[in-house]
Amino acid sequence: MDLSLSIITIFLPLLTFFVLGLLGMKMPKKTAGLIGTASMLVTTIVAYGVALNYFFNPDFMVGGVREAQLVFNETWLTMGENLKVSMGILVDPISAMMLIVISTISLMVHLYSLGYMHGEKGFQRYYAFLSLFTFSMLGLVVATNIFQMFIFFEMVGVSSYLLIGFYYQKHSAIAASKKAFIVTRFADLGFLIGIMLLAYYCDTFDFQTLMSNPGAIVGSSAGVTFLGCSAASWAMALIFIGGAGKSAMFPLHIWLPDAMEGPTPVSALIHAATMVVAGVFLVARMFPVYLATPEVLELITATGAVTALYAAIVACVQTDIKRVLAFSTISQIAFMFTALGVARPELHEGVGYMASMFHLFTHAMFKGLLFLCAGAIIHMVHSNEMDQMGNLRKYMPITHITFLIACLAIAGIPPFAGFFSKDEILVAAYENSTLWGVWMSVVAGLTAFYMFRLYYRIFWWSKPDYSHHTPHDCEWVMTLPLILLAVVSCLAGFIPFGHFVTWNGENYDIHLNWTVAGTSIAIALVGILVATVLYRKENSVPDRMADSVKGLYKAAYRRFYMDELYQFVTHKIIFGIICKSIAWFDHVIVDGTMNMLAHMTNNASYAIRKLQSGSIQFYVWVYFIGALLLGVVTFMLLI
Amino acid sequence: MDLTLLYYLVPSIIMFACGVYGFITRKNLIAILISLELMLNSIDINFVVFNRFLFPGQMEGMFFALFAIAIAAAETALAIAIVINIFRVAKSVDVQNLTKMKF
Amino acid sequence: MFNILFLFVIIPVLTLGALFLTRNVKQVRAVAATGASLLLIAALYLCHEYLGARAVAPEGTLMLLTDSYMWYEPLNIHLAVGVDGISVLMILLSAIIVFTGTFASWKMEPLTKEYFLWFTLLSIGVFGFFISIDLFTMFMFYEVALIPMYLLIGVWGSGNKNYSAMKLTLMLMGGSAFLLISILGIYYHSGETMNLIEIARNGVALEWQNALFVCAFVGFGVLGAMFPFHTWSPDGHASAPTAVSMLHAGVLMKLGGYGCFRIAIFLMPHAAHQLGWIFMILTGISVVYGAFAACVKTDLKYINAYSSVSHCGLVLFAILMMNQTAMSGAVMQMLSHGLMTALFFALIGMIYGRTHTRDVREMGGLMQIMPFLSVGYIIAGLASLGLPGLSGFVAEMTIFLGSFENTTVYNAVLGDGNLFRHAFAIVTTTSIVITAVYILRVVGKLLFGPVQNEHHRQLDDAHWYERFSTVSLMLAIAVLGCFPDLANLVLRDSFGPIVEHIMTFAQ
Repeated sequence: MDLSLSIITIFLPLLTFFVLGLLGMKMPKKTAGLIGTASMLVTTIVAYGVALNYFFNPDFMVGGVREAQLVFNETWLTMGENLKVSMGILVDPISAMMLIVISTISLMVHLYSLGYMHGEKGFQRYYAFLSLFTFSMLGLVVATNIFQMFIFFEMVGVSSYLLIGFYYQKHSAIAASKKAFIVTRFADLGFLIGIMLLAYYCDTFDFQTLMSNPGAIVGSSAGVTFLGCSAASWAMALIFIGGAGKSAMFPLHIWLPDAMEGPTPVSALIHAATMVVAGVFLVARMFPVYLATPEVLELITATGAVTALYAAIVACVQTDIKRVLAFSTISQIAFMFTALGVARPELHEGVGYMASMFHLFTHAMFKGLLFLCAGAIIHMVHSNEMDQMGNLRKYMPITHITFLIACLAIAGIPPFAGFFSKDEILVAAYENSTLWGVWMSVVAGLTAFYMFRLYYRIFWWSKPDYSHHTPHDCEWVMTLPLILLAVVSCLAGFIPFGHFVTWNGENYDIHLNWTVAGTSIAIALVGILVATVLYRKENSVPDRMADSVKGLYKAAYRRFYMDELYQFVTHKIIFGIICKSIAWFDHVIVDGTMNMLAHMTNNASYAIRKLQSGSIQFYVWVYFIGALLLGVVTFMLLI
Repeated sequence: MDLTLLYYLVPSIIMFACGVYGFITRKNLIAILISLELMLNSIDINFVVFNRFLFPGQMEGMFFALFAIAIAAAETALAIAIVINIFRVAKSVDVQNLTKMKF
Repeated sequence: MFNILFLFVIIPVLTLGALFLTRNVKQVRAVAATGASLLLIAALYLCHEYLGARAVAPEGTLMLLTDSYMWYEPLNIHLAVGVDGISVLMILLSAIIVFTGTFASWKMEPLTKEYFLWFTLLSIGVFGFFISIDLFTMFMFYEVALIPMYLLIGVWGSGNKNYSAMKLTLMLMGGSAFLLISILGIYYHSGETMNLIEIARNGVALEWQNALFVCAFVGFGVLGAMFPFHTWSPDGHASAPTAVSMLHAGVLMKLGGYGCFRIAIFLMPHAAHQLGWIFMILTGISVVYGAFAACVKTDLKYINAYSSVSHCGLVLFAILMMNQTAMSGAVMQMLSHGLMTALFFALIGMIYGRTHTRDVREMGGLMQIMPFLSVGYIIAGLASLGLPGLSGFVAEMTIFLGSFENTTVYNAVLGDGNLFRHAFAIVTTTSIVITAVYILRVVGKLLFGPVQNEHHRQLDDAHWYERFSTVSLMLAIAVLGCFPDLANLVLRDSFGPIVEHIMTFAQ
């Protein structure tokens, strides 16, 4: 399919948004859902066509390098003489891959939601917002310049805000949506300042111009330092902060667990597979420029590694199944960031970059699957809490099998998809330094543990009271996406990913490094084994273990008090001190000065008013005194 | 002993000062009116006296004094009429009570 | 040939005459709506006419469609009119707001006729100001615009209206006193002429520029709600009736920004280079200060008024940047803020008209009761916090990038001043986060959540005239947000000569 058709993938969802948003309330719910899904199906077909054409058409290979194709690029806003913001479509390996990921997951979610959201108030609105999100996300990945990316960063932020707050009568949903928006906005502030610095030093937003001379920013800002770091490092680090906010990296991760207040399919689409990887995508897009500022890559590695460990520990003790999945998402995205951070062209041909993108791809599939399974379970059990579940394998066999496949994939057991991508990440980490290698291996083990803890708690453990109604597998619109995604999760690992996506467009063959792979399989198996021992049958061992390290357990359960810290800073310091004192200043000092001026004028007129008494006798008195004085003065002067 | 200019001017000034003092201090409208007359008359004396001593051959000062006396009479009649009317309305001729038209 | 610009004074004057003759409320509304529609049509036609004239004008022409009549010979005062891209956009903005404001005050009571009389008089002042290029007529129209405000707030306002009306009028009058000093100073120190173009050609005597610049900037800064002269704005807006708030925040505050640009900076570039940094600090404070103050207010109109302080501060901040990008950003911000704040005030007025409270704490869950107004409020909010696709984003981003542009500012104190400007640009960018905080706080409290007051359940959604008014504003916001280069099309050739003038006369 011709690449220029990719414009359909952008505008069809937008059109759907307008149709459903403006006319949705007038049409029956079913029609609205079908319109949304049908338009998404067309979008998916076109996206696949475009991506496959790009990957398999030899015309796009020039000298062994897969060249980026600029399909459209129209000036949208003229800023300075050279500075223009364009809107366009750039098809290159990562954007083509993202087209596939986004359209696949989005289609699955559209289909799934027909069943999941059945009978909800605002069904049409839900589909309108889903289309808006799909539009924004696709616009983000095909961005031709960093400013277009920023624009769509904001757009996905708003779509996410609207979808998290879908149940707008629930206080928790409103608070969560607000938190998500403000935290990511705060990160976008960093992104914006980074863009401003970049534009100042490079005088362009365009990705291709930036990539053609990745060292330009370092060169033109040479000698400018701030707090001991060069201006170029600051710019790139600030742009990374924008990505870290969207991708929920520590310490900006706090919005993601709360974002689970949204409908579960939304969590699958936005908060697991697509929007949260926007940050990874951003860093990958700018990767050559990041290579010019290696200290920022170190920062990215460190952030990724810390986040991966933190989120994995927290995920081990959460009891809300969506929260576990949320922290697992944070941890897995941190894996991708670490992979990018440790990637160097000289180390194993930049395998980290490829590994990161590969993991992004596989993770989107199996994490989307996990969320959709969780949605099916919640749909049946009407609760997010593990305690309300157990033994569900008997009641929901399809969900059980697909969930198990996804768990095996994320734990890194061959031949499921996660094994291959995670193995490449570990290879890249070991190449960079043993510290990061060991660190990430430990996190991989924890991943296996908490995922199987979740699995056993849901599908094994005890048998709760399902007497009022028996859970069962959902209707076909909900199970079909599960099956499809499970198939992808089984097979995606065998895609020769290095042939499609590498940091410089050259082909790269994936070789399994059996030392690393063997270790990681062994660690994963240990994790699974521990989980099996502890959680297969209902017992009191986990509780006793938790009691023995009560303080640590509680801290981890409360997510190491990060939310409380933010609460303190925002409510007590920003609202309580800064805002209140400014309001006081405004009321007392600024207003007070004006009122005081008014009072002074008033008082002065009252004082002067006394002279205008209207009493002729007083006037005469003053007149004579005056005349007398005048006479005396004249007399003195004459003498 | 010669009746010089000073013998006329001193009483005139005393009369004028009394008039001023009365005008400023009295609260009764009639008394104020009387003080006003006192001042006018002292000025009349001045006119006559200055004419008599400085320009003996001319009569302008005399006429001016006569004219002023006539005007003063008319003015006094008008003022008395006003005072009587004020008394009818306000039952008082005390200036301090007459604040009805003041803002 | 008849100059189209005079239409903008003639139409309101005729409307005024027709309003005198009206007998009942229906006629009043019909006349007011006709007048406002004619103005809007004239403004759109002016855009077309302007672009046509620009296409044939030689490059570097400052003003187009100029015309000048001698008015008072001894002082060399003319009735001079002329426009460039900036004034064309301002006229268009004013026409849109007058138009929508007329519909927003459809059900204004009591004294409907008198209300529209004053409202029309106000619009004469506003349009007259934007078409004039003679300092005296500009000042005159400025005063014409100020006085009706006192009556409109004092008679038709709500709450503590006497205090607010008095405060607003007195502070703005105080500002115009400074302005008068500055105008007279410019007149006597630039070859005794009041014509903007001639003054620009002659230049104002250097030794007087600093003092006159400060007077002019403070004079217009009061109107543009610059810290610390902003305090009339929250009270004034809170007490004013809906359409007056719309026109005031939407257009009148833009008079401040426009005046600062047209008189203070354009006529006295030397002083602007020398003393700009002082006002940069003040406007930078305005931006952040207004946003923080809005976070703790609970009255909808107060929140919006402080948000206006923040946004208008950004306008003044941008015009001090002395480069084309930031200045065109300032014009876009004026447009964008005018439209969205008008939308905000219209919606707040409509909500207030139904619930009879503006306190956020007393309302909740309005989304279930009045979905149309709520969606409108969300759109206005998103425009305010800078969602791409709506006007606020384009304007703010242009300003931020413009303030980061490499510009030489001749200044004895700060060297080239780039570092200083960058630092302040970064400070002002934080406002985008704070704006998000207060907008989302209000949206969450007011529209979402459970219904707070059960009596509100009986309330109805927007009527046709309210829908018409708000939808027009939303459309304008979306058009500017989606196709920002339309504004650039009008602005493009106007800034070149202006910036060049500012740079050449800097020393």
